[in-house]
Amino acid sequence: MLAYISIIITAIFVNNIVFAQFLGICPFLGVSKRISSAAGMGMAVTFVMAVATVVTYMLQEYVLVPLGITFLQTIAFILVIAALVQVLEIVIKKAMPVLYQALGVFLPLITTNCAVLGVAILVIQKEMTLIESLVYAVSTALGFTLALVVFAGIREQLALAKVPKPLQGTPIALITAGILAMAFMGFAGIKIG
Amino acid sequence: MKNMVLSLGLITIAASLILGSVYAITADKIAKAEVKAQVDAIKEVAPDFDNNPLEEKYVYISEPDKKTGADIIVYPAKNGGKLVGAAVKSFSMDGFSGEITVMYGFDAEGKINDYKVLKHAETAGLGSKMQEWFRMKNGDRCILGLNPATHKMRVKKDGGNVDAITAATISSRAFLDALDKACKAYMEFKENEEGICYE
Amino acid sequence: MRRGYVMNKLKFIIESAVKNNPTFVLLLGMCPTLGTTNSAVNGMSMGLATMGVLICSNTVISLLRNVIPDKVRIPAFIVVIASFVSVLQMIMQAYMPALYETLGIFIPLIVVNCILLGRAEAFASKNNVTDSFCDGVGVGLGFTVSLTLLGAVREFLGTGRIFNMEVYGEEYGSLVFVLAPGAFIALGLLIAFVNNIKSHS
Repeated sequence: MLAYISIIITAIFVNNIVFAQFLGICPFLGVSKRISSAAGMGMAVTFVMAVATVVTYMLQEYVLVPLGITFLQTIAFILVIAALVQVLEIVIKKAMPVLYQALGVFLPLITTNCAVLGVAILVIQKEMTLIESLVYAVSTALGFTLALVVFAGIREQLALAKVPKPLQGTPIALITAGILAMAFMGFAGIKIG
Repeated sequence: MKNMVLSLGLITIAASLILGSVYAITADKIAKAEVKAQVDAIKEVAPDFDNNPLEEKYVYISEPDKKTGADIIVYPAKNGGKLVGAAVKSFSMDGFSGEITVMYGFDAEGKINDYKVLKHAETAGLGSKMQEWFRMKNGDRCILGLNPATHKMRVKKDGGNVDAITAATISSRAFLDALDKACKAYMEFKENEEGICYE
Repeated sequence: MRRGYVMNKLKFIIESAVKNNPTFVLLLGMCPTLGTTNSAVNGMSMGLATMGVLICSNTVISLLRNVIPDKVRIPAFIVVIASFVSVLQMIMQAYMPALYETLGIFIPLIVVNCILLGRAEAFASKNNVTDSFCDGVGVGLGFTVSLTLLGAVREFLGTGRIFNMEVYGEEYGSLVFVLAPGAFIALGLLIAFVNNIKSHS
């Protein structure tokens, strides 16, 4: 149990996917102008990441490794993720129209969110078990959501601030993210168990 | 529709064929590169040897690591059949950001010959100084040429004889913890080795 | 005549490197831009690796542009890009294992670098092979130069070195630029700098 808590804390705070691992930066900068859309994107990523990690884990374990074709990992994983996102979009649209209203616009963007493929590859590299992988994927995605929502909150305020002209837009956003990353560095060294 | 499936299928098949052939060409090279990286790390820290340390490796599991089964590997270095020392790949989970892996080299008596940090996630510029720090001549930083059996390999804060890295005591502790395990592994290996000799 | 043709292509390459600069203009491929630029050498290596894949994928996609049905073009592009990335992975593992280790997960993640799919969709699928090749060289070059520049700035401010050559003492460096926050801040300031130049010219 302690091991899982350790994975969760590490993935959300200590090794935050955006601030420490530099994955998922594009949606982080792109969909963080408003808190509501940031939360929506975060939820969509959490959902896709959990499903994608489990599916790619099984693919690796039961297809690629037994057949000795692990060199097809990259191509197989990205195709599975791309297909999965399409299927999820159709399923959610049919089964849960309300959820689709909330997440629909974000789903197509997720295929090229490198955090999803990144986590799928990382859990294989770290030789995690299936349960550990799932816990890791969900908590990483929660860390992503946290980063996104906090950042969006700051940007909403920032929109009202007077920013020197060359710094307007992306530059000030990046510098803000840098200061946030500094805050997250304070979590480094936390140990559980 | 038929066209779509056909062309996508053809592209995928062509891609897998190309990847398969590249894999066939590079697989051997990749395996060799991995072995070479290991041998290079051993060569860097251990006294000169003429055997194949990878084939004669000895696996040691320290008492606290019994649960996880994480092992420490002793690569014996022999010259003309005589043991001249060893390289020991050890680790510690107590680094500032988790695991550190270090290859320590010992001579036949157990003095530290050299070391090489193989893997770590310590803060750049602080904990990451391990590779240089413990060979610097200033103060009590240098551990090279010392025998852990007689020299207390602990940071001074913990009552030992070694200067910790400035602002990175935790990384220093982890480094010395890995050293301690490596040393124990080497001792156990030597006992076994000598045991075989007397038989 | 021949010479004019080459000059034209060169001009085109440089134009696409500047006008379609992924880092400073299009703001694409941010993850490797921030994640691999803690030194000039690392940034340059990542840029060159991406450029290699981009040139190959642009060329092949342009070759196949009339064969691939419109509806399945995106999956087809992904397959082509992913194949080249896998080839690159294997070659790097075999011949440059140390560099492969340093760049780590960012090598397989070239697959989801928006620059590649972006150029495939916006350029290579609509233009002939030579132009697509040149576009790959140009945009790849722009990416490499930006990453090297960012890497050099971070290395210089953080450790007092450029390309591993000492300029001033390491103890005067501001460590934060080598760490994660410095990546964001340095890139933000560089983009602001570029914006400033653009608004004055």
